[in-house]
Amino acid sequence: MSYQYKHHGWQPCPEARDETVRHKAIIVGGGPVGLTTALELAAYGVPSVVLEDGDTVSEGSRGLCWSKRTLEILDRHGVAEQVRARGYTWHTGRLFHGDREIYHFDLQAVAGEKFPAFVNLQQYYTEEFLVDAVARQPLIDHRWQSKVVDVAPGNDCVAVEVETPAGRYRAEADWLVAADGTRSAARRALGLKFDGSTFEDCFLIADLKVHAALPNADRRFWFHPSFHPGDTALCHKQGDDMWRVDFQLGADIDREAEKDPARVIARAQKMLGPHPMTVEWVSIYTFQGRRLERLRHGRVLFAGDAAHQVSPFGARGGNSGIQDAENLAWKLAYVIRGKAPDRLLDSYDAERGEAADENILLTSRSTRFLTPKTAAERVFRDAVLDLAGEHPFARALVNSGRLSTATIHRRSPLNGGDGGFAGGVAVGGPCPNLPAPAATGSHLLDSLGRRFQLLCFADGAPAPAALVELDDDIEPILVTRGAARSQGAPQSLADPDGRLHDAFAAQPGTCYLLRPDQHVAARWRRFDADAVKSARDRALGY
Amino acid sequence: MAKLRTDPNLTDPDGFYEALITAQEGLPAAAADQLKARLILLLANHIGDDETLREAVALAREGLEKKSR
Ligand SMILES: Cc1cc2nc3c(=O)[nH]c(=O)nc-3n(C[C@H](O)[C@H](O)[C@H](O)COP(=O)(O)OP(=O)(O)OC[C@H]3O[C@@H](n4cnc5c(N)ncnc54)[C@H](O)[C@@H]3O)c2cc1C
Repeated sequence: MSYQYKHHGWQPCPEARDETVRHKAIIVGGGPVGLTTALELAAYGVPSVVLEDGDTVSEGSRGLCWSKRTLEILDRHGVAEQVRARGYTWHTGRLFHGDREIYHFDLQAVAGEKFPAFVNLQQYYTEEFLVDAVARQPLIDHRWQSKVVDVAPGNDCVAVEVETPAGRYRAEADWLVAADGTRSAARRALGLKFDGSTFEDCFLIADLKVHAALPNADRRFWFHPSFHPGDTALCHKQGDDMWRVDFQLGADIDREAEKDPARVIARAQKMLGPHPMTVEWVSIYTFQGRRLERLRHGRVLFAGDAAHQVSPFGARGGNSGIQDAENLAWKLAYVIRGKAPDRLLDSYDAERGEAADENILLTSRSTRFLTPKTAAERVFRDAVLDLAGEHPFARALVNSGRLSTATIHRRSPLNGGDGGFAGGVAVGGPCPNLPAPAATGSHLLDSLGRRFQLLCFADGAPAPAALVELDDDIEPILVTRGAARSQGAPQSLADPDGRLHDAFAAQPGTCYLLRPDQHVAARWRRFDADAVKSARDRALGY
Repeated sequence: MAKLRTDPNLTDPDGFYEALITAQEGLPAAAADQLKARLILLLANHIGDDETLREAVALAREGLEKKSR
């Protein structure tokens, strides 16, 4: 393996010296979701302890496609540019039927956004950058080689039993975030069912170092290619000239024989060409679509793979888990700081449960298209593929994965009024990260803070006095078509080419209330201080 | 509200029926299956409206479970 794993040993902690500490939050699992949760909490000033069983980052690559929304969240911790620099940026996907390209799609919709639709990077790198960001953050106590073996939820606290190389200890916290992956110990300790459907087909997944410059680095997906007759195949470029190949193998296979490196290379050379290559990582997977019925169990909150699992076609696993983390962290922080009622945490279940349902639905449909179960299903699948070569309408039916986009929480109990807009940014959706030059950065999200903010499209008119003195926890931001106002409150953003105005369907007077997680809580055509405050209260669960 | 038209709407019923069965003449069973699937997809796209299509799918399936038993 060319990646150099850094190993992190167990370090003594207060509990191991028999001291009792009541932590604000314990996070079980230091994968991408647990680490992002810890970083997000710290950004709100909330300290946490991360308990991680292993002593290093992800074994093998697993997740590779990191979505725009993930990059925007990671950017708040200085990690997105590292991912981008190490990784491979792409937005074109090519689809083949047999050996013929039937069409391609382009995921890059809006010009000027800070981040691309996807950056491909091996999961161990992404985790390494998160681990480094966590190490820079004094509010996070990251404990390696610390395996949670039991979770005991109580009325006013949660206790965990931790196994370390130096023995066991018990730790306590007000809140527990279970981000301990598909085999979650927390889920088991609470005796929770994790139901759904399993797909029978096996997929061979390998990361290959290719010692040659390959001409085509777009996402490529084949149905019935001549190099792998009858099944599907997928290839992606990652960082360090690493390539991810994926072959559908069917249900009845000899797993060990298939993982033989020589055999993997033989398959891959038929796909990529007769170049020298080495196998970095290989695995065989079957896929599941399932979720916990509820993501909140009192003081225990489930996030990421511990809460839901999807097939990887669509890159929705890690990306949705990272959105869980950001959705949960601000709510938990507000509750911990006494600035929102406990009930706000129920909206985590409502919003991210809706997201999990959507992800399971979309990935299950993709998997079903890839693996027709009956002859009749196959007839339709093949008819779609045949028609797609000539007829654009059929291309919309070809489903090789509907790639992860940010969730819009359309039915959230936190949503306020939608103010009769046609277009713009929907209530429940995240803000587009368009250019908005300011002292704080080059794009809109660079200027958003860890609190509620009111984007006001005032079009050069002086800010109403009521705006400036809105409320301690609502900061107004003026967006003007001309240059930004130079000094003083409220903060002001320039929108010289009107792109923000267009994206928000803004007219003079338009206001958008933004939550700390950059999602829209409510919007109006005209500023009204009372309406804004009551929408903010609603978005806090009051 | 039913959106699917089930009242007579074909301009030339006999002619259409003839064209439909003639199209399958001489095709092996697998190709005839493909023809039917393509035809459904083409017509579905022409209709477009999701509610109408779902009503048609449901209506087409009606009674078949009982028959196959
Ligand atoms: C083949 C494949 C391809 C994928 N491709 C993509 C993709 O392109 N994009 C994408 O977004 N996602 C992808 N995914 C999914 C992605 O890898 C997962 O969704 C993601 O890793 C979930 O993160 P997590 O932090 O919830 O869980 P994990 O990454 O599993 O992390 C859980 C952590 O908890 C630790 N842990 C477990 N039990 C305990 C315990 N008892 N005590 C303490 N610690 C514990 C583990 O050691 C681990 O570090 C893919 C997955 C696979 C398998």
